[in-house]
Amino acid sequence: MLAPPTPEATLVPPAPPRAPVVPASSTSARPRRRRLRGRTGPYLLLLPALVPIAVGLGYPLARQFVLSFQEYGLAQQFGRPAEWVGLDNYTKLLTDPYVWGVIGRSIAFCLVNAGLTMVVGVALAVLMTRVGRFARTTLQIGLLLAWGTPVLATMTVWQWLFDSQYGVVNWLLAEPLGFEGMRHHSWIIEPLSFYLLATLIVVWMSVPFVVFSVYAGLLQVPDETLEAAELDGAGAWQRLRYIALPLVRPVLLIVGLLQVIWDLRVFTQIYVLQRAGAPTRETHLLGTFIYSLSKEFGTAGAMATIMLAITLALTIVYIRRMLREEP
Amino acid sequence: MSTPVGKRGGTRRRLLGAVAVVVALIWVFPIYWMINSAFLPTNRLRTPEPTFFPFSGTLSNFRRVLTDSSFFDAFRVSLEVTGITVVVAILFAFVAALAISRFRFRGRKAFLITVLIVQMIPAEGLFISQYQVLDGWHLVNRVLGLSIVYTAAILPFTIWMLRGFVSGVPVELEEAAMVDGLSRTRAFFRITFPLLAPGLVAAGVYGFLQAWNEYTLALVVMTDPDQRTLPLWLQGLVEGNRATDWGLIMAGATVISIPVIVFFLFVQKRMSAGLVAGAVKG
Repeated sequence: MLAPPTPEATLVPPAPPRAPVVPASSTSARPRRRRLRGRTGPYLLLLPALVPIAVGLGYPLARQFVLSFQEYGLAQQFGRPAEWVGLDNYTKLLTDPYVWGVIGRSIAFCLVNAGLTMVVGVALAVLMTRVGRFARTTLQIGLLLAWGTPVLATMTVWQWLFDSQYGVVNWLLAEPLGFEGMRHHSWIIEPLSFYLLATLIVVWMSVPFVVFSVYAGLLQVPDETLEAAELDGAGAWQRLRYIALPLVRPVLLIVGLLQVIWDLRVFTQIYVLQRAGAPTRETHLLGTFIYSLSKEFGTAGAMATIMLAITLALTIVYIRRMLREEP
Repeated sequence: MSTPVGKRGGTRRRLLGAVAVVVALIWVFPIYWMINSAFLPTNRLRTPEPTFFPFSGTLSNFRRVLTDSSFFDAFRVSLEVTGITVVVAILFAFVAALAISRFRFRGRKAFLITVLIVQMIPAEGLFISQYQVLDGWHLVNRVLGLSIVYTAAILPFTIWMLRGFVSGVPVELEEAAMVDGLSRTRAFFRITFPLLAPGLVAAGVYGFLQAWNEYTLALVVMTDPDQRTLPLWLQGLVEGNRATDWGLIMAGATVISIPVIVFFLFVQKRMSAGLVAGAVKG
């Protein structure tokens, strides 16, 4: 472990934050040793984290960006030098209506899933604050089990639940509920019900995280504030809408942001359902589509860059707001 | 908003309580079904009517999982990758979190922005070039290669989370100890460090969960059947069975879930507290 901060280092309160972005490369001639140690201390502390991020994320990202302007297919993987093709990969992708279909589907899937997750998650978090201990604990344990179980394990369970021959869901629909037609229904063969199932799984998996985060936030809302509002005649809904939720807004922001990011790049759920026998071309979202391009590194790189741009576009508002709240 | 105990509206509270219990049951059903099916032999799973309770069930599915050498190979790989990732990431993130919350320095905000943006890079859009980079260094199908990518992937969030915890411990505590004659280093380790332990545990569990459960990158990087992690092993089990052997698969799923769930039940409160701390505090 690196040494903890040295006495000479500037501590939190005194120095106001200086102009951001510019790294402290310029060396001044002023009192030398003190300044140097005070300055290099935090950078030395950041270094160990920066190295793996640069190696594992930064370098691949840069490389991928470069690749996206090159012809890099099978021949190049066997040693032919890559050729610069300018924007060819991008034009090829962006003039293909199929690609736009994938993009549109991904954005729609992302917004629907993130939205549903947030609504259900916040509702359950509020519910938790309104019920007795027994009900709350039961709900917490139920959500925890869903949250804690490994994704691949739950994916196999969902496949089994919706198995066309022996799945319990088809049986439930056919027997107690009387939808005879559902007895041997295959859920993944049609794109629409494929996405319905994927949405069900994604929301089921993501809701617990939202519930626990928002609930933890709601617990921090001071009782006095709520009681004061109640004395002023605010009903339960008004207290929630105008007092509690605004106070936990930072939590809602970051959790919502994460949902959007995660749901746009959803891969495992889609990939596993595809491998279970769904038609891949009709069910690709961005993640699986890029994976399917993996023999063409150049095109895949361009598609990944487009995906990153979409992510940024969808989240820029959040990010700016969070940065403004950063001291 | 601590949960107020009802003086009024007792009926409504009970009604909402019933709703909460029903939601809990719906949520937990898939997990229940996994365990239930794991105890049933194939001939009882392939019936027109599902078996809802594993009365006079069998342990043979579990026995088959635990006597399969490929399970233990995968278990070993998962253990190694997870171990390296968690230890390295926690150490590095902790040090970085210290820098961010205890110092004001040029580039601090730039670093925070980087951490935020890096979290958004869709790993699912990056796996091909990550594969290529690892391939160039002969790290494909190697525990070390996968660990590097995992560490990079979880560092940003871990830094974010630990930052909240570190900021939560007032510097004044340390300074008071220094006034009492401790050196800064000793003041830090005697006073601040113990208060950070819960945060470190929470971050460790987060890293454990991510590395233990990750599927996508493992799928791309660990192509050798002998180097599969547990999620890949489980998916291999599903695809390897022509007439899908759900009992065996559910037993496999249950077995790889147990360590995670146990871990989880212990520490989830701290995890969400950590996230909230990171989100609310500066």
